[in-house]
Amino acid sequence: MSLPKPVMRGMLAKRLRIHLPLAFVVSFGLALTYKFAVAEPRKRAYAEFYKTYDSIKDFNAMREAGVFESVRPTGK
Amino acid sequence: MLHLTAGRVGSLLARRATAAFTASSARMASHGHEVTPLSSVPADVVESVDMSQPMYWDRVDLPLPDRPYKDTLTATDKSLKQKEKGPWGQLSKEEKIALYRLTFCQTFPEMKQKTEEWKTVLGSVFFFLGFTGLVVWWQKVYVYPERPRTFDDEWQAKQLKRMLDMRISPVEGFSAKWDYEKGQWK
Repeated sequence: MSLPKPVMRGMLAKRLRIHLPLAFVVSFGLALTYKFAVAEPRKRAYAEFYKTYDSIKDFNAMREAGVFESVRPTGK
Repeated sequence: MLHLTAGRVGSLLARRATAAFTASSARMASHGHEVTPLSSVPADVVESVDMSQPMYWDRVDLPLPDRPYKDTLTATDKSLKQKEKGPWGQLSKEEKIALYRLTFCQTFPEMKQKTEEWKTVLGSVFFFLGFTGLVVWWQKVYVYPERPRTFDDEWQAKQLKRMLDMRISPVEGFSAKWDYEKGQWK
């Protein structure tokens, strides 16, 4: 009939000791993962693309394909 | 045709509703009969429960009901209750069990007995999914308008070509995967 006294107080604090730092670590970890797995490669891809991008050539190609309404393809 | 199906569903719904109600009330009631405030009177005599009186129930989540199961005690019950007022070490095992059964109808293991309700639930779910299929089929025949021309393969091909001509997502997405020199996918 002599059971050990159960835990009466401090349960939230005990839980938060572990889970609060863990929450911060996981959040920062996920944010950093996103930054280095998604954001940085995307920025690099755009930078690379625009290094060798000739917008006038692209415009003329689109014009010939006939997708514009302001300019018709040449030779019409 | 519609009022026939409505009638069929109506009777089915009534049966399912009563099945659901009896299943849930069976959890509150004991084995075969409804538990009423007058616990010695079976349910087919007393139709409705007087909700203004303390009620008895068998529930796992609310383990202590408002009143004991048997509140009309016989003489032997009363003498047992008197004996209960003394030291409990003097009660025999059968007496302890009898005292329990005076206060409670079902034990926890009896309450927690698994039922076959899941079969009814699953069967009803499948049945109504099937019925919905029939409804959708009827709708396809009588309700839906004709298929838009944008779904045709020819239209989709033209749409794809136009997207490439417009250079949709040329950096990382759609047009980036098309080789404009060779005229094919990279």
